[in-house]
Amino acid sequence: MELYPEKRSALIPICHIAQAEHGWLTPEVIEGIAELLGLTPAEVRGTASFYEMLRTEPTGRYLVSICTNIACMLDGAYELLEHAEERLGIAVGETSSDGMFTLEESECLAGCDMAPCVQVNYRYVGKLDSAGFDSLVGELAAGERDADIPPHGVLIRTPRRAPRAVAGAPSGGGRSAGGEQAASSGAAGQVS
Amino acid sequence: MPEPGTGSGQAEGPAQRAHPGSDQGANSGPAQSAQPGSGQPSEQPRSPGSDTVSVTIDGRHVVARKGEMLIAAAERAGVFIPRFCYHPRMEPVGMCRMCLVEVKGPRGFSLQPSCYLAVSDGQEVVTTSPKVKKAQDGVLEFLLVNHPLDCPVCDKGGECPLQDQTLSYGPGESRFVEEKRHWAKPVPISDLVLLDRERCIQCARCTRFADEIAGDPLIDFFSRGDRIEVSIFEGKPFKSYFSANIVQICPVGALTAAPYRFRARPWDLDQVESTCTMCALGCRMVVQSSGDRVTRQLGMDTDPVNQSWLCDKGRFAYEALEHDTRLTAPLVRKDGELVETSWSEALAAAARGLEEARARGSASGVGFIGGARCTNEGAYAWSKLAKSVIGTDSVDAQVADGLPAEVLLGLPRATIDEACDADLLVLASGDLREELPVLFLRIRRAILDGRTRLIECSPYGTSLSPLAEVSLRPRPGAIVELMDAILADDRASDHGHAADASSGVAAGGAAGGGAGASGHLGAGGGAPASQIEAARRLISEVSSSEPHGRVVVVIGRSSLAEDGRILAEAARRLAQALPDARFLPALRRGNVMGALDMGMAPGVLPGRVSLDAGRAWYEAKWGKVPAKRGLDALGMLRSAAAGELDALVLVGADPLGDFPDAGLAKQAIDRASFLVAVDAFRTQGVECADVVLPVAAFQERSGTTTNIEGRVTRLAPKVTVPVLAWPDWMVAVELAGELGADLGMGSLDEVTAEIARVAATYERCTPEALAEPGSRDGIVVPNGPRDVLLPLDPIAVPGIESVERQGAPLRSGTASDIGGSDTDAGSGPPGSGVSRSEAVPGSDDTSASGAGLQAPPVLGVPAEPLDVHVPPTDAYSLRLVAPRRLYDSGVVMSRSPALSPLAEHLVARANPADLAHLGLASGDLVRLRSATGSLELEALPDPGVREGSVVVPFHSAAGEPGVRSLIDASVAVTEVRMETTS
Repeated sequence: MELYPEKRSALIPICHIAQAEHGWLTPEVIEGIAELLGLTPAEVRGTASFYEMLRTEPTGRYLVSICTNIACMLDGAYELLEHAEERLGIAVGETSSDGMFTLEESECLAGCDMAPCVQVNYRYVGKLDSAGFDSLVGELAAGERDADIPPHGVLIRTPRRAPRAVAGAPSGGGRSAGGEQAASSGAAGQVS
Repeated sequence: MPEPGTGSGQAEGPAQRAHPGSDQGANSGPAQSAQPGSGQPSEQPRSPGSDTVSVTIDGRHVVARKGEMLIAAAERAGVFIPRFCYHPRMEPVGMCRMCLVEVKGPRGFSLQPSCYLAVSDGQEVVTTSPKVKKAQDGVLEFLLVNHPLDCPVCDKGGECPLQDQTLSYGPGESRFVEEKRHWAKPVPISDLVLLDRERCIQCARCTRFADEIAGDPLIDFFSRGDRIEVSIFEGKPFKSYFSANIVQICPVGALTAAPYRFRARPWDLDQVESTCTMCALGCRMVVQSSGDRVTRQLGMDTDPVNQSWLCDKGRFAYEALEHDTRLTAPLVRKDGELVETSWSEALAAAARGLEEARARGSASGVGFIGGARCTNEGAYAWSKLAKSVIGTDSVDAQVADGLPAEVLLGLPRATIDEACDADLLVLASGDLREELPVLFLRIRRAILDGRTRLIECSPYGTSLSPLAEVSLRPRPGAIVELMDAILADDRASDHGHAADASSGVAAGGAAGGGAGASGHLGAGGGAPASQIEAARRLISEVSSSEPHGRVVVVIGRSSLAEDGRILAEAARRLAQALPDARFLPALRRGNVMGALDMGMAPGVLPGRVSLDAGRAWYEAKWGKVPAKRGLDALGMLRSAAAGELDALVLVGADPLGDFPDAGLAKQAIDRASFLVAVDAFRTQGVECADVVLPVAAFQERSGTTTNIEGRVTRLAPKVTVPVLAWPDWMVAVELAGELGADLGMGSLDEVTAEIARVAATYERCTPEALAEPGSRDGIVVPNGPRDVLLPLDPIAVPGIESVERQGAPLRSGTASDIGGSDTDAGSGPPGSGVSRSEAVPGSDDTSASGAGLQAPPVLGVPAEPLDVHVPPTDAYSLRLVAPRRLYDSGVVMSRSPALSPLAEHLVARANPADLAHLGLASGDLVRLRSATGSLELEALPDPGVREGSVVVPFHSAAGEPGVRSLIDASVAVTEVRMETTS
């Protein structure tokens, strides 16, 4: 907080931190942020709801975004989308009842080379067919992809100033779930 | 259709004062001599004209104020640019794009939003080119893409800027065939306001108002793009005292107020300009009616007062007019029952009772309580009746909730504008948002805009606390000590180091620290020494600057559980220590300042003169004045309770409902042998009366009213009175006639004229002067009318011809002397020869002229300290603080269906430390016990409340005494014990 002489300027960074902790900005979280920054919950929600990546609706552990722009469409994005709806048992925009998956149809994700392009929590998973999607869902549900796909809301797992973890880069290296925990709790400590 | 013809009104700011007439669209101005187009401000001569620029709008040269928005400059020059989001009282956002005009830049003309573009010298603007027209077509077509076009069922239809401007500037047809977006509607966003998101055009007027003006940013835009909506956060309604202003400024029908929804169509409404009398601020407003029922009230853009805003209480109070407890006929008590009767019988009964009381005892056996609900004319008539016909001086318009009249009227008065522009504002009052809500808006804006700085002095945190540079929390009853602590060293520094202000401050600070350390722990009223030091530094910084900084003190009652004389004494000492300081009373009762000016207080006579000083003059005018000073409301009730005061006349006041000491009020009313109630509603006091005289209420009467700054404005009747109610002044005149006296006033205008004749401060307030168009904002006594007016925005105050300024002349013929007295530090009434600011304390009783021909001098700051004894603190007790809330259980509020549910339920607030001492948790039930009673209620911790005190709002559920059962009027400060209930 000391980084921001004007408390209000901390709003968006705090929303990200809160989202990393809670997955999405629940009403309680919004009220908490408002209290912290001396704003009203309406102001916080007004700002948060403007940004696509700050979610003010219930969002699962994995946000699956399927691109349906032209390149992906030609490579079967709509078929994939339909399959995904069927596989996850939810319609576009919904969250599965176990709170694991949220499905969204998205505009171009700048991954035309891997059409049909899919992102899970903004991490690229490209060139997916139905079978590939099923196995991805299986892996995610089983927690086998935790190493490269953190829960929704976590943008980076390494603390500030560390070499930037580029989305889509091969997993491994020094990054682990433990490191991510440390990052988010460190950030939380900074808030309070 | 919005009329562009409002442009001939005045503009605000020094620019226009420097160049009267230059804003009239004249094609030459002083600034014109500089080459147009040079655009170099540095080339401007350093003359008074250097704060103006010249722009060309549609080929016409226009002189505009520097920094002004193009749209405003154009409007003043008579060029109306269509707009939705622009509002002259709020920051521009450039949201709606309706005001696009072509402005010449380095690359030729381009479209720019005129509401977001400040004028600059040499600017060339075209507002009517095909390109502009195309842009307007496009914007309107776009705004209508999702607009439901349900005008036939929309409340805004007929006065809707969207409708009007679509007709005048729109394309006429839409190419849009797709489905419009749909929302659930209407959704309530507060108890009073409903939102229809389909009609919304996202102009952000409501959200800006909530944030910038009201300071309650509880509504905001959620989401974006085609899903954007105005919304509240779930479970957090737009609970604001000012919520309905957003309905007034909404340029479409998206926001509607529950009390007005589907009640009328705008073209059926008839309207008048009037003044709100719900509090003493005197907001100007438009009263609209349909079929002889008031249907709506709108704030008028009156620059010196409310600047187009109203609080919800003032806006919706009219609903009480139709309450079934309205008194419609005179009543007399027969065999213990109040029965309807004729006026002649009721007046005869009242006169008989008063005569008997006078015969039994003396003239002083009769007392009058109330008058603040009267018009000035009513107050004058009652005052004359009481003081000259009956001969009693026991008259009091304040029911122990104000300040002693002699002190209050003697303090040099500031206007609201002066308070907002003071170099230093000292707030010695309760929470202004609760007391005078629109004054809170004005002062909040002034502080946020950096026009003034604030020292706050209240026993609890207020809405302005976050904006205060220094917040002093005196112990209840200790404000005099606090002022002494602040002022003592200020004076010392003034004397010792007048030339070297900074060292003076330092020396003063050291001395103050010494005093604090040397055992005077009670000094400073219990406020921390660092805060006192900060306040002292601020005051001496301002008062030692050259030229003298202006200090304005807002004085009002922060608690009704403490004697008003304590605050009065503090104010008196402040006035003596800072002779240049001016005072703005934050009193609450509707026309209390008018009633006091009309002499409805013990020891004073109309025109702010003391009984002794005015005796000769009023003996000549009235024939008789009381021989000795009478009692105030507290004195009268005490005397009645003791069986000494025989007859009481309640002039629109109900001690049973709002006298702080409920026990005493009950005793007094029970013991009084004869009780007359003059009221519009059946109150508790009315139920006990022997004779009840019904009077007209707010929107039914004409007359004048005086606000806290001494601004006299006219009330206009809009609806007819219930069958047999009379105007208040007429009741007094007729009652006098029944008592065998002729008050010599046969019509309202005759009363107004007589006031102007006998009360020197009201000399200029003749019926003719008040009716002049230039007096639209009222006349400030004894100073002239403020000369700063803004042209009305036809959207801000929608489509009402009577509200638009009729191109009033900039100045009336008397402008020069008005301007003179404005800058003067408060001159006395003409002819008195005594300037208020010069009036040395006590001058009022030395310079009275015995000739009876010269008007008596007005009151000055009293020299004698007020005698008030504050007992030392008792370590086992808490001091009771009983502030008023805006939403209370008042007579009108509780009778307005929309407002009455809004009154909050009572809780006791205390410092967390005090609650912890008692082992109490938040929300625990506690029992408060005082010498006079006890009360059980919930306790909440509030760090804003100082230790050793407990805050309980003054209002209560209907018919219950609430905190009034605790307040003991026999002591200066009420102490209570707080106990657990189990």
